[in-house]
Amino acid sequence: MVSHRMKLLVIEDDREAAAYISKGLSESGYVVDHAPDGRTGLFMASSGSYDALIVDRMLPGMDGLALVAALRTAEIRTPVLILSALGAVDDRVKGLRAGGDDYLAKPFAFAELLARIEALLRRGSGGGATTRLKVGDLEMDLLARSVRRGTQDIELLPREFRLLEFLMRHAGQVVTRTMLLENVWDYHFDPQTNVIDVHVSRLRQKIDKGFARPLLHTVRGAGYSLRTE
Amino acid sequence: MVRLLRTNAFRLAALYFALFAASVLALLIFIYLSTADFIERQTEATIEAEITGLAEQYQQRGLAGLIEIIRARIAAQRSDTALYLITDAALHPLAGNLSGWPGAEPIAPSWISFPVESRRRNSDETDMALARVFVLSGGYRLLVGRDLHDAQAFRSRITRTLAWAALLTLALGVAGGLFMTRNMLARVEVVNRTSARIIHGDLTQRVPLTGSGDEFDQLAANLNAMLDQIERLMAGMRQVTDNIAHDLRTPLARLRARLEVTLLERPDAARYAEALSETIVEADRLLGTFNALLSIAEAEAGSRRETMAVVDLAEIARSVAELYEPVADDKGLVLTVKIGAELPVNGDRHLLSQAIANLLDNALKYTPAGAVALSARRSADIARVEVADSGPGVPPDRREAVFDRFVRLEGSRSTPGNGLGLSLVRAVAKLHGGEVWLEDNEPGLKAIFILPTAEARALPSSRTAA
Repeated sequence: MVSHRMKLLVIEDDREAAAYISKGLSESGYVVDHAPDGRTGLFMASSGSYDALIVDRMLPGMDGLALVAALRTAEIRTPVLILSALGAVDDRVKGLRAGGDDYLAKPFAFAELLARIEALLRRGSGGGATTRLKVGDLEMDLLARSVRRGTQDIELLPREFRLLEFLMRHAGQVVTRTMLLENVWDYHFDPQTNVIDVHVSRLRQKIDKGFARPLLHTVRGAGYSLRTE
Repeated sequence: MVRLLRTNAFRLAALYFALFAASVLALLIFIYLSTADFIERQTEATIEAEITGLAEQYQQRGLAGLIEIIRARIAAQRSDTALYLITDAALHPLAGNLSGWPGAEPIAPSWISFPVESRRRNSDETDMALARVFVLSGGYRLLVGRDLHDAQAFRSRITRTLAWAALLTLALGVAGGLFMTRNMLARVEVVNRTSARIIHGDLTQRVPLTGSGDEFDQLAANLNAMLDQIERLMAGMRQVTDNIAHDLRTPLARLRARLEVTLLERPDAARYAEALSETIVEADRLLGTFNALLSIAEAEAGSRRETMAVVDLAEIARSVAELYEPVADDKGLVLTVKIGAELPVNGDRHLLSQAIANLLDNALKYTPAGAVALSARRSADIARVEVADSGPGVPPDRREAVFDRFVRLEGSRSTPGNGLGLSLVRAVAKLHGGEVWLEDNEPGLKAIFILPTAEARALPSSRTAA
């Protein structure tokens, strides 16, 4: 799944959590290092040799946010996913302001962590401002705000357009329901009814119905993925 | 007593006492100076007037006339305090009640002060006398004076009186200060004793009031109000912990049982995997409940107030409606959205979104068929959001209870939900200075969520901030 063995650094003081994260990421094909405290973590991350960092907010030696801020001051732009037991929106805002790229509240499903790491790694490589997105025969023109599949024009509502745009920008990756809720709707709460599923199935009706090969796939226990098989 | 000295009340009393004593002393010194000086000036003025009169008499009636007048005056006086002496140029006495010229020869008319034998009976002390010398034409000297014994006696009497007054004042001041300090300390002590008992665990203790309505009573009343509030919060907390324990025990027990049964079944790999995913679903549900409780606690704690900004409630409602529109559609419900012009409110966008989402979620969830209507409009200074449905509704006697944590109506247990949705809505409403309640929609249920608009709220909040 991962082509050139990406290197990740997990900075987490809770041994069990660190072991759980490291094991899961290793099994997903990443090379994972672990730092048990903030100072060691900062030292290791300063080498700049990692593709992404997973940083716990509360760390002995040095606070996670301070660590990220220190890295950013030192011009190290490695993408950072901040983990925290504090799930409040303010904490999220603080985390992102300190230079974190994404924020995940504990406890989380491993699939959620994996999806977000993949999104972060992809973000680093995705270059420049694109005006056209393409997945298989599905094409999106961001300027004209039009979508077509093959020769067929697809009419989308504004929100559907943004949903599809997010899925296309993360084509080939797993995108979780929470990621969609946060990025497409900017909601940071968990609606009791699974509204996201309804929206995705509507979108699926529009882009996949009548075509031989479906593009929008449900990934069991994780979320969705837009890909050409 | 040592404790008394250390108290603030005592220090305050001491300070006031020092100020009081200083002002009393200043006043007494002023009285002393003005009375003593007054008598002295009075004496001088009398002598001055007399000597001028006598000098006139001398001019009119000559030396013999003057001597005659003086003799008459000496004879006439009762108290024997007036002193007279006439001498020639060589200071030989010609008439008067002094035996000889006192002190040095006067060079010019002047004031002199000299000792004289006491004129009182049975006394051989010497008194001080004050006199004025006048040089008459012909070189005669006229001396008119006063024995100062009476004046001095008056002065020392004033001194004694004032000293006693000072002493008495200071004594009364000390006694009063101690009394007031003790009195004040006793009132503070009552508060202290009550606090100590509360610290030791008896939360039912209250500070007794004296009924005087003074500052101490107000302090005691405020403390009691605070304790009432704490007790209420603690009771609420205990209620919540009990509810959490109760609500989480069932799913936890179910989770445990499922794992145990799975183990007993000697399952194959597929069954293991299935059991594990079921366990994860169950665990997620528990975490969801925890998160909901945390959100409510956070809203109730009011820590979000700092990050509030002016947001458009109409836009928030529109956005939530859009999120749920396909859900209604899938269920075959008609969702009508009536949202007017913008509704600026001072608030937290995320919490307001979640509150409206919870109301809409409930309406869609509990309405099997029919219609759900979401409206947002302004009436005067109030932003009003209504979610009305045509579902089974809530009986009137349960319309308040459903806002409590974990309260779910009988018959809704089969529907997914944790009984915390409306609790959050209420907490959010309160956080924003608003209200939420349920009404009969005939048929169905109508939830009304109102908030003060940003302009209406700006006035009182800026007043409290000032």
